[in-house]
Amino acid sequence: MRMPEPDATTLDRRLSVVHELRRMVPEPGGVIHDPDELAVYECDGLTAYRQLPLVVVLPQTTRQVAQVLKYCHETGVKVVPRGAGTSLSGGALPLADGITLGLGKFNRILEVDLENRCAVVQPGVTNLAISTAVAGQGFYYAPDPSSQIACSIGGNVAENSGGVHCLKYGLTTNNLLGLEFVTIEGEVIRLGGKHLDSPGYDLMGVITGSEGLLGVVTEVTVRLLPTPATARALLMGFESSEAAGDTVTAIIAGGIIPAGLEMMDRPAIHAAEAFCHAGYPLDAEALLICELDGPEAEVEHLIEQVAAIARGKGANSLRVSADEAERQAFWAGRKAAFPAVGRISPDYYCMDGTIPRHQLPHVLGRMRQMSAEYGLDVANVFHAGDGNLHPLILFDANRPGDLEKAEAFGAEILKLCVEVGGVLTGEHGVGVEKRDLMPVMFEPVDLAHQQQVKCAFDPRHRLNPGKMFPELHNCAELGRLHVSGGRMPFPDLPRF
Amino acid sequence: MSETLKPATADQVVDAVAQALAAGTPLEVVGQGSKRAIGRPMEAESRLDLSKLTGISLYEPAELVLRAAAGTPRAEIEAALAAERQRLAFDPPDLGALLGGPAGRGTLAGMVVPNLGGPRRLSAGAPRDHLLGYKAVSGRAEAYKAGGRVMKNVTGFDLCKLMAGSWGTLGVLTELTLKVQPLPETSRTVLLLGLTDGLGVRALSRAMGGPHEVAAAAHLPAGVAALSKVAAVARAGAEGRAVTALKVEGPGPSVAHRAGGLKTDLADLSADAEDIHDAQGATLWQEIRDATLLAEPAEGLIWRLSVTPMRGPEIAHAIVQRLPGTRGLYDWAGGLVWLAVPGDTAQGDGGAGPIRRALAEHGGGHALLLRGPEALRARVAVFQPEDRVTAALSRRLRLGFDPRLILNRGRLIAEQPEE
Ligand SMILES: Cc1cc2nc3c(=O)[nH]c(=O)nc-3n(C[C@H](O)[C@H](O)[C@H](O)COP(=O)(O)OP(=O)(O)OC[C@H]3O[C@@H](n4cnc5c(N)ncnc54)[C@H](O)[C@@H]3O)c2cc1C
Repeated sequence: MRMPEPDATTLDRRLSVVHELRRMVPEPGGVIHDPDELAVYECDGLTAYRQLPLVVVLPQTTRQVAQVLKYCHETGVKVVPRGAGTSLSGGALPLADGITLGLGKFNRILEVDLENRCAVVQPGVTNLAISTAVAGQGFYYAPDPSSQIACSIGGNVAENSGGVHCLKYGLTTNNLLGLEFVTIEGEVIRLGGKHLDSPGYDLMGVITGSEGLLGVVTEVTVRLLPTPATARALLMGFESSEAAGDTVTAIIAGGIIPAGLEMMDRPAIHAAEAFCHAGYPLDAEALLICELDGPEAEVEHLIEQVAAIARGKGANSLRVSADEAERQAFWAGRKAAFPAVGRISPDYYCMDGTIPRHQLPHVLGRMRQMSAEYGLDVANVFHAGDGNLHPLILFDANRPGDLEKAEAFGAEILKLCVEVGGVLTGEHGVGVEKRDLMPVMFEPVDLAHQQQVKCAFDPRHRLNPGKMFPELHNCAELGRLHVSGGRMPFPDLPRF
Repeated sequence: MSETLKPATADQVVDAVAQALAAGTPLEVVGQGSKRAIGRPMEAESRLDLSKLTGISLYEPAELVLRAAAGTPRAEIEAALAAERQRLAFDPPDLGALLGGPAGRGTLAGMVVPNLGGPRRLSAGAPRDHLLGYKAVSGRAEAYKAGGRVMKNVTGFDLCKLMAGSWGTLGVLTELTLKVQPLPETSRTVLLLGLTDGLGVRALSRAMGGPHEVAAAAHLPAGVAALSKVAAVARAGAEGRAVTALKVEGPGPSVAHRAGGLKTDLADLSADAEDIHDAQGATLWQEIRDATLLAEPAEGLIWRLSVTPMRGPEIAHAIVQRLPGTRGLYDWAGGLVWLAVPGDTAQGDGGAGPIRRALAEHGGGHALLLRGPEALRARVAVFQPEDRVTAALSRRLRLGFDPRLILNRGRLIAEQPEE
């Protein structure tokens, strides 16, 4: 992966950068520059890429964040924001000539306001900690990435993370009320609050999912939801992925929006069953887990409807969770799918495309062909309700050429997703991983308009360069208008 | 206004914007014009009318996705969805009657670009939450696309969010792709009678925090309730009793069960509760959605405030103290306050000062002057003013997408192009 050429003068200035950062963040442990300690930060969840940062700074206050960013802006040093470092797309991959700005010390829940159904938290708080803090009072925070015990809410905002519940409850972006945000110029802005739908341009909306390219999130106000009265799950095995896919379509077409609707293919079922003995049907080609939550009377009613649909589509095994323990057991295999696959293969590479759901059989078929061509196995877990695929490509990094093959295979899968009307990434972000694939989905003019946003926030490209865009255009150049007055007088244009 | 351009294709939209750009003359962008009376009066020399850009090009009910040209009439979208037992989740208001025109008009883009959601916004999200992708022509006279057609997509910056709420100042949308929602089997609305505003909003808050999956939650003070076309509501209002309304939707047995549960759970706040069924409920929620209960007198100024839900009543009361004769209602469990301010304040600032001061003193939020005479809308900030840093960022975004301020110049704020 090609990264921007490190800037030699910055590398030479390293000690002075460390010195300046120490002045801004004088607390013990606030600045890390010992190579051994820096190694902790050398990668994120996409471990194939590693790079020691120039230096790591761990500020504790918004003011300190503002000082660091202003310093970067003014002195030309690049900066990479970092939450818990679980990104699967290399969003938090350090730069040799860049400061890694970690938000780990922003780890407090500032306010829980149940009457207004929200919580105000610092960005380093983990996703799960929010739900845990309010569980006793009957509330939770809905988006639930599988990494929720580790990932930070700030990282969730930056990646617009999802989870199995987003079919019904939305992604991070649909569950935010407010942000505090520091611009590269060191200005602090507050967007939203405890109210809905702020006027003016939806800066909070565009910051969400911006992968650290626009500024640093220093406070988040999230929407809390009451815990559903009941949740029950169905476990359904099918002879073909078509039948499972048809079932998903029929459920949604029937007006039912389950809390979660997940599919696994045969290799994933076998890996998960071997790992945690969840009782999955080993003769099935495809497994569906469908969770319904809400008021008891409703869940009863919908369980019956879903079961009838599945039987009609030829489910050859069907179980309904009788109690909470059984529901958890149904999920155990799905939730452990990644580590389970990790056990049957030395390495795996997790992809994240989204497709229109009806394309599933076609895409799975093509994936099987590719798997044969590349000589690499693939296991699929799939947020079936919203079309988000997670193919896990199995490989062995110690076998020469395997990683490159896995990457090429992965890229081909993502191109296929775009070809059938889908997108490159459903929840893991572009980062460095999918950066060079952006032109598969977007024309230069589309990317130029996206970059107008970058230019409005960070015209000098100090924030997380080398991520998301294959090429960052000079903002002055990008701003120039390309209009020929000579196209007048537009004879085709109806006038009145 | 020198001319109206009516492009029938996206290419012609590019031509129209290119022409305006070359000449440096701003354009007013309109669909059917149903919301033209909202916002600051624009500085425009020509009108870009998108009402010829119509047609649903993709609708896959089983995938909950609909794509149509920007000028597709609202009625056509609603009919197509209804035929498949689906709807737009964000419940877009029809402000025709409130703004003194006919009801039932408007276009697809006109429902999304202002980012105004109705009562169901509380539980289902705003237009911005349902815009999956779009095609547009920016103020650079360049056609481009953003987003996609799938439910989950984090590929690049989320420009959809910027377009919803832009009021046409960042680009001319030519095609929109939306996430749609199945229609629930049925609904029921529980009415609690005779609560004060404070207790009413407390009841709404408690219901929202409970297990009954409330879809919409509003409180109508007696004087406003009395104007309803729903008999039970009007009767209570006429007796001087406020009406607190909670809507539940879903399969029949579940709805009945939850409506019962709500009444039980809130019995300590109100012993006096009754239910209304689907059709009557639809009438009531439409009255709330479209603020028709506040439409008369026609010269009254209409403000739409978004606030911390539990603070709705204290804000409204602070405003009534300062602007006597103001009437209002609460939607979004208290978080959306609709106010009708007496028309004679239009001579001054239309209440902008007292309203925004009350917001600042009671937990923040924002106020939009939704209806007022043109002269007033030229004089006061129609949209909540932004702080210095946010305004500077917004200005840079505006210039990035529309460097010469060709599109809807002046609609959001007083603005001039760079030299
Ligand atoms: C086992 C596993 C399972 C996963 N499952 C899911 C899943 O189900 N759904 C899902 O969506 N994701 C999943 N992920 C991906 C990952 O957990 C998410 O993207 C998560 O939101 C990243 O959070 P983080 O705190 O680790 O951020 P980091 O990895 O530290 O950073 C991610 C990006 O955000 C930026 N960033 C971080 N904090 C801030 C801030 N405060 N301000 C500005 N920018 C910031 C960084 O620059 C970087 O670009 C999974 C990852 C793993 C390892």
